Amino acid sequence: MRWQIPLLIVLIGGVFMAVQYFVPLEFSERIYEYCVDWVIIVGVFAMGLGLWSLFRVSVGKIQTKAQGWGYNFITLGGLFGMILLGLFSGIEEGKQFMNLFWYIYTPIQSSMFALLAFYVASAAYRAFRARTLVSTILLLTAVVIMLRLIPLGPVSGLNQTVASWILTVPNMAAKRAIAMGIGLGGIATALKVVLGIERSYMGKE
Amino acid sequence: MDEMANREKKTLWENLLSIDRRIIFIFIALAIALPLFFKTSLKMPVSPVVQEVYNAIESLPAGSKVLISFDFDPGSMPELQPMAESFFRHCFRKNLKVIIMGLWPQGPIQANIALDKIFRELKEEEKAVKVPRYGIDYVNLGFTAGNEVVIDRMGHDFQESYPADAKGTPLSKIPLMQGVKNYDNIDLILNLSAGYPGTQEWVQYGVDVFHVKLAAGNTAVQAPSMYPYVQTGQLTGVLGGMKGGAEYELALKRPAKAVSYMFSQAIAHVVICLFIIIGNIAFFTLRKKKTLKLEK
Repeated sequence: MRWQIPLLIVLIGGVFMAVQYFVPLEFSERIYEYCVDWVIIVGVFAMGLGLWSLFRVSVGKIQTKAQGWGYNFITLGGLFGMILLGLFSGIEEGKQFMNLFWYIYTPIQSSMFALLAFYVASAAYRAFRARTLVSTILLLTAVVIMLRLIPLGPVSGLNQTVASWILTVPNMAAKRAIAMGIGLGGIATALKVVLGIERSYMGKE
Repeated sequence: MDEMANREKKTLWENLLSIDRRIIFIFIALAIALPLFFKTSLKMPVSPVVQEVYNAIESLPAGSKVLISFDFDPGSMPELQPMAESFFRHCFRKNLKVIIMGLWPQGPIQANIALDKIFRELKEEEKAVKVPRYGIDYVNLGFTAGNEVVIDRMGHDFQESYPADAKGTPLSKIPLMQGVKNYDNIDLILNLSAGYPGTQEWVQYGVDVFHVKLAAGNTAVQAPSMYPYVQTGQLTGVLGGMKGGAEYELALKRPAKAVSYMFSQAIAHVVICLFIIIGNIAFFTLRKKKTLKLEK
């Protein structure tokens, strides 16, 4: 019974959610909305679980003095600092909570993203070598796409046309193939879960 | 002497084949930072996918309701914030009613940053357009958890996901929200997205299920994935990265941040291309030398 009941719930829920899409009745709509509410509730609990997990891992590292344990102090300080400031001083513009958001969080995130430019440049220099036919195609594509931003005089028009063709024909074909693959894979996995073939979500047997 | 010179030459090619990454970093830093001091703007044509977004807003009559979903955080600000500012400029210039929301927690705050800037601009302009009023011309619903489920619930009733706005005012007490029950009462949805949940989820749960009209602004990395949706008509148009933002500013005839940043981005791309070319010249020269050596 320990395994059968969860499997039965998944089977009924899965079949219902698939069928209700094609049933234009208020009754089916209501049950669907009820189920969807649960997704939000579970999502909110997941947030709490995430916080608890972060707290536990950080405290564990500090206790065992694992490598880089000092950073965990900063993590916990940031976590509780923001929660307490938000609760007691408010989250309106001009409050300490928002000042920390503007002057610490925003520059940190922007800096992290900006660092990508340096790593991308370094990686492009090392990776784009015309060793084989395929790598040559990759190299030429990258150069054409990058140069579309730059005025190249009489060549600009041609470069724009080629770049546009790359984006709208081969790129689109590949993206569409990947999307269809993911979709079919998703359906197959969902069917395996609903039919009880895939049971890893229930933990170890 | 010749042998020594050859050895030096060989070392030079070898060095060019594996340039220290710190040297690349210095060049990139200079390529990005220096152009920011020059007020040069690049001329570029407005691509059809960007023009479509512009046309979608331009064709709306005054008073139409536009929902803008801010699904990004400060990490994507350089690319998406200029787009947000342009969308606001365009909407307020056309006297459209703007409803702001976010599927990312930081999204609605990004909207406030853009609004502050736009309001300052409006106040400074000589022929000032009236500064939009909160609750009448625009409203910020804030963030709500639930990702794509939020999109789905709003299709039935906005109040199910947003019983109140970001300030806690019930939607029923906000003049702008009177008569807005679900997507049937929205004329256009604009999505600024940097990942999940974002444009893809808006297409899957908003466009496919509720047949809303959707246009998007995406990061450059994400934009190529959206072209299939534009081709099928699920997306009206898409602004891709800083270039998309710059093209939109040009379409709006109001060059701003994105246009000025494009020069910097273009120079950085030239530097990357130069490094790639140098790397390949060194690679082929060394390979040729090795082949000749083996033949001897």
